Amino acid sequence: MGKGTAERVAPAPLVGIGRQRRLISGDDVFHAIAFAAAALILLVAAVFVIALVIPALPAITRFGLGFLVSRSWDPVQSQFGALAAIYGTVVTSAIGLLIAFPIGLAAALFLAEESGVRLLRGPLSFAIELLAGIPSVVIGLWAFFILTPIMRDTVDPFLNHTLGFLPLFQGSPSGYGYLTAGLVLAIMVLPIMIALSRDVIRAVPRALREASLALGATNAETIWSVILPYARVGITGAVLLSLGRALGETIAVTMVIGNRNEISSSLFASGYTLPSVIANEFTEAVGNVYLGSLFYLGVILVLITIVVNVLARLLVWRFTGSEPTAA
Amino acid sequence: MSRPLVRLFVDRLVAAFIVLCVMVAAIPVLVLLLFVVIKGLPGLLTPGFFTDAPHPQGVPGGGVLNAIIGTLEIVGLASLLAVPVGALIGIFLSEYGRNQVGDTVSFISDVLTGLPSIAFGILGYTVVVSTTHHFSAISASIALAVLMLPVILRATESALLLVPHTLREAGLALGAPRWRVTLEIVVPAALGGIVTGALLAMARAAGETAPLLFTAFGNDIVQSNPLQPMGALSLTVFRNALSPYQNLQDQAWAAALLLVMLVATTNILARVYVRRIQR
Repeated sequence: MGKGTAERVAPAPLVGIGRQRRLISGDDVFHAIAFAAAALILLVAAVFVIALVIPALPAITRFGLGFLVSRSWDPVQSQFGALAAIYGTVVTSAIGLLIAFPIGLAAALFLAEESGVRLLRGPLSFAIELLAGIPSVVIGLWAFFILTPIMRDTVDPFLNHTLGFLPLFQGSPSGYGYLTAGLVLAIMVLPIMIALSRDVIRAVPRALREASLALGATNAETIWSVILPYARVGITGAVLLSLGRALGETIAVTMVIGNRNEISSSLFASGYTLPSVIANEFTEAVGNVYLGSLFYLGVILVLITIVVNVLARLLVWRFTGSEPTAA
Repeated sequence: MSRPLVRLFVDRLVAAFIVLCVMVAAIPVLVLLLFVVIKGLPGLLTPGFFTDAPHPQGVPGGGVLNAIIGTLEIVGLASLLAVPVGALIGIFLSEYGRNQVGDTVSFISDVLTGLPSIAFGILGYTVVVSTTHHFSAISASIALAVLMLPVILRATESALLLVPHTLREAGLALGAPRWRVTLEIVVPAALGGIVTGALLAMARAAGETAPLLFTAFGNDIVQSNPLQPMGALSLTVFRNALSPYQNLQDQAWAAALLLVMLVATTNILARVYVRRIQR
């Protein structure tokens, strides 16, 4: 009895024998191919790091960490610093999120709620998906020709009149600058903000919501004291993922930021962001140090976005127990 | 007012605020699409838009044939690179990836997803352009392929994970080796999800501009050699918008409309396909 008998009594079909005699089985080959593909992405990541850091070395060795706090950007004297671009990136992203956060959260609450105006829900979801799919250059084109004149002639003067006592809203508006770029970023991160917050709010246990309503709380009170506190971590993750998108957005911002390497307290002023410096000056940069400085900006940008994204994913993941669906 | 009335009032106020925000959120899409259609349609209907090369600056007329060919070729080549590799990585993650290697690959894919699109342009520049010493369509395709990779592999992985385990066990019980079960049973069952992921990735790649700025670079000559600089619709929109000539600006709007139509069609195709498969 045992293994030997079974083999003698019922010989395996011929095909099977052929396969067993091969030195390498099909399973091994297929596993190896799939593994090689997976290894390829590790290789890509390694190449990515090298491709970014090596060309940046001339600037990194020359300016060191002082690059981060230097305001100069002078190709003639070969003096470069990232402060203006970092400032612009932070300011525009902050404006974008300040606008997108309340609107996005409200829209997400609307989409996640079971009651309410059902009629609007389908079209709204569709509109948000549509917005997420519009290429950023098209949004930039629209902002460049349509939004900037509106900002210059209406919005900026209005802000200047009513809030002009703040340094933020002083100076003469050109239509280009931090505020317009921030507004464009708000439009661009809105779909991510809404989609992610909706998923997070949907993950709030129904029983909690119903318990609150059963105790006599109104919808608004339920949102404020049950849903939002419960979903806080996940919503923070959604905000961080939106921030990651805003920090790296290139083309649309480049078209409306004004592209001036200066720091200004006025939101009407032209500025620069990390990606827009790279997009604008990359093909005209001459010399190792100039080009290296642009790569250095790229290294800074990539490091910031990686930290923000990893943090965001951890938060969203911890909350919903699954990968973020959007972004 | 009594306290219950105040509470009711606040509740209605919050509800109104939420509806208001919803409308504000929907406005940008409508306004954007409206402008793109109104300003782009006349240019799209101009004779020669689809069939001519761009005219020199200041000369009226001209088309975007170079950009149409460029976008199709660059994205096509990128898909040839990214779809098979992405699908294979997806298969690896779902069938063999419950280990340290799989987790690392997952993590790197997530990191790649979050990177700004201009970083992929830098990658294409350093790896291809600076080693060959000239801009080329293939460098853009490589940059876009890396950008598409995480989208495709995630879509493949989640589609494969949705295939019921009993299906795999049935195949194995019939004596088929694991690789044939994977390729002939599991992958066909998940094909809808994989194709959708590929189409979504292509739609995203077609709309990208930043990765093309210093890889494909743009080219006013109609040509299809992937080793030479090449135009693309997104580059046409970007460069023509910033030009002072009216006919070029009109062309930017028309190219934007064409780009939106292309991306939207791909997205809708993906969705329709998913629905057909699910039935």
